[in-house]
Amino acid sequence: MIAAFFERLNDAQGINFSVFYDEFDRARFLTGLWTTIYISIVSILASLLLGLIGVWFAGSRSRIVRLLVRAYVQLFRNTPPLVQLSFFYFAVGGLLPTISDGHGGQTPILSGTAWAIVALSLFAGAFNVEIFRAGIEAVPSTMIEAAESLGYTRLRLYREIVIPLAFRICLPALNNNLVNLVKTTTLAYAIGVPELLYAASQIWSETLNIREMMNLLLVTYVLLVAVLVWIMGRWERAMRIPGYSW
Amino acid sequence: MVAVGVKNDYKPWGFLEPSGQIIGLEIDLAKAVADKIGVKLELVPVTGANRMEFLKQGRIDVILATMGDTPERRKIVGMIEPNYYASATNILAQKSANLKQWTDLKGRKVCAVQGAYFNRRVSQLYNPELVVFPSVPDALNALQGNNCVAFVFDDTLIVSTLAGGDPKWADYEMPLASEDPQLWAIGVRLDDLDGSFGKLLKEMSVEWHKSGKLLELETKWGIKQSPYLIETNKKFKAGG
Repeated sequence: MIAAFFERLNDAQGINFSVFYDEFDRARFLTGLWTTIYISIVSILASLLLGLIGVWFAGSRSRIVRLLVRAYVQLFRNTPPLVQLSFFYFAVGGLLPTISDGHGGQTPILSGTAWAIVALSLFAGAFNVEIFRAGIEAVPSTMIEAAESLGYTRLRLYREIVIPLAFRICLPALNNNLVNLVKTTTLAYAIGVPELLYAASQIWSETLNIREMMNLLLVTYVLLVAVLVWIMGRWERAMRIPGYSW
Repeated sequence: MVAVGVKNDYKPWGFLEPSGQIIGLEIDLAKAVADKIGVKLELVPVTGANRMEFLKQGRIDVILATMGDTPERRKIVGMIEPNYYASATNILAQKSANLKQWTDLKGRKVCAVQGAYFNRRVSQLYNPELVVFPSVPDALNALQGNNCVAFVFDDTLIVSTLAGGDPKWADYEMPLASEDPQLWAIGVRLDDLDGSFGKLLKEMSVEWHKSGKLLELETKWGIKQSPYLIETNKKFKAGG
């Protein structure tokens, strides 16, 4: 039904949305969509974790540890993510041990997709460290002093007071970074990861329907980001407490 | 001024020399075209994925970029006959990979380049897991880094890569029988195809075959004389 409509559209108007009627193109596009969603979800979670770990060590008593966190943030914040991806995939990837590919050959231990997740998580994680730090510094010092005088250990203080408050404060900035992360997944195309842009460009370089695929990409990414923003918005409302953010 | 879309990653048909100039067999042909019309030549680097779009948008007037002449593309691009070159599909792989026939590619990671007409055919026939890169050097780097077991491409480029004498490729080979032979064509906009510009290019193409200019260029760029050119040269000579 839908397929027939788009086939007719192509024959009659020359508007070729091949992904809606060509089995092969549709499979490629859906694989691309799933890969983008998968990379996004894993990278978002990993970057949040990295941000939390980073900000914890940024407040460490040891100067060396603090310096290491600063170095990580500076390195990943100040270099283009495309360069990071290429570096990991082309330069580091070849040096790692290989595993059997099940056909009697050897394959690198990390695929392009895995490298994309590693690179994007590190990249977004560096920003998250700074975002969390901003949130933590905005937690009133009186609150922290009060908790310390009640005998809270540093870990409990973080877990039960600082992080919950800091999180509410930095959610808007965090949203920005996570939306950016979803869009940055398109860079994985440069290392042959079959995400959405890759799938689309495969299709348009064969079917020669650039205009249609570009529009489809636009709509797809707008929808993907809309879903993320909606989830974050719900979460923000659910966590609301009077007096902190709005 | 004539703007010609050429490859800059396809040695020695069109590639960058260290000074940043694009040179190669196809660039020599582009120069011949510009000289013939008596205008300045502008070389525009294109890729397999964007060359037809560039032509359509008017950013270039001619495609001279290893373009295979397929029925689908003829709907969009005017293909100049006689075709100036021909290639077929093959793979570049490590000798130790032990690939003997096309069907051995099933389920294996195979590097490829975007926009190549045979990517779809190879993936539908032999079911490899294609890993497709924006450019030839990227795909070759990935192959060198063992990110894939083979690189599927025009046999012309593979032969010249292996013959280049680069020690990097000492352990590599072109193990399969080339298949799906494909003629290359100079592309112009459809409305130029039967106009004076298209006619001129057709005449030039006949002349290149007949005079042996294409064969000379192969020799100049260190490419083994290809059967297609030898045959076409004979045909045009016999035909007067």
